[in-house]
Amino acid sequence: MAETVLTNPGQSPARLEGWRGIAADWASDQRAFKNVSWGKAMMWIFLLSDTFIFSCFLLSYMTARMSTTVPWPNPSEVFALNIGGNHMPMILIAIMTFVLISSSGTMAMAVNFGYRRDRVRTAILMLVTAAFGATFVGMQAFEWTKLIMEGVRPWGNPWGAPQFGASFFMITGFHGTHVTFGVIFLIAIARKVFRGDFDVERRGFFTSRRGNYEIVEITGLYWHFVDLVWVFIFAFFYLW
Amino acid sequence: MANTAVDMEERLHAPAHGAVATEAVHAEGQQHPIKLYLVVWGWLFVLSTFSYLVDYFGLHGYLRWSLILLFMMLKAGLIVAVFMHMAWERLALTYAILLPPVVVFVFVAIMALESEYTHFLRVLFFATPS
Repeated sequence: MAETVLTNPGQSPARLEGWRGIAADWASDQRAFKNVSWGKAMMWIFLLSDTFIFSCFLLSYMTARMSTTVPWPNPSEVFALNIGGNHMPMILIAIMTFVLISSSGTMAMAVNFGYRRDRVRTAILMLVTAAFGATFVGMQAFEWTKLIMEGVRPWGNPWGAPQFGASFFMITGFHGTHVTFGVIFLIAIARKVFRGDFDVERRGFFTSRRGNYEIVEITGLYWHFVDLVWVFIFAFFYLW
Repeated sequence: MANTAVDMEERLHAPAHGAVATEAVHAEGQQHPIKLYLVVWGWLFVLSTFSYLVDYFGLHGYLRWSLILLFMMLKAGLIVAVFMHMAWERLALTYAILLPPVVVFVFVAIMALESEYTHFLRVLFFATPS
């Protein structure tokens, strides 16, 4: 084993830091990401590509909003709710933001307990995260229903620039789809964690490979990314 | 039979990639005190409240926009750095993932110029004469 380590420079303990480290890692043989598994690296690269997709959506929204001569509907009023006789601007969006941030918090804890090999706590925290995510999607469905009832369509709305509906449905719809898939992903992995797959190194159904608790962190990366995208949507679409 | 093949394959690759790599991750890294996550969680709540208050108090113009951007960047930074563990990754990965999105700003600049131009033409040719 010691020989393997010696003949494998990628795993040698002393790695360069800083700019020299970047040059050394990228110029080295076989792999650039030295202490990151292929699964984690691929999730990061997928998230990078997803970043570009959401960037394009937000950019097209920016272009539509900047180039229209018709006033843009005031999101503060469009997303206001009347709760108990009080007129609350943007209240639903604020609650949705807090729900998603809470889910990110429980996810981070799940990753932590995963690396401690605490099977039950990890699974429970992942399911709590999934429940927050499902709550978020439910509130989004409520929001869509309300706006559609008020006459918002991709080609027009009662308050101003017709592009508002197209931007809204496209951006929040794509984000909601991501949350939905995240919930499914979380439940699938939570089931594996709870069953003890990563303690007994049970082989995966599709891959026949042994998994480990790192999949919790990879799931977490996806989930935090969904929260991250919401931070940008909240700022640019709802608050701007 | 299939399992034997997978076993063989795993034995071939494990020392180089799988096993040692995951060991390294476990040993080097993403094991941080729970308290850190709770503190970041708290800050995310506070920053979200602040950005909500920007709308609640109806701030306008450059003050509104700069505050929105400030709180947005702080939240995004906390999520990526701590929750997604980017702060502890090697720089080779950090730069590979975080630099490409910066190029999006070029796209933003192009589209901002383009929409100014479109807006100008619309005002010039399509605006209803008052």
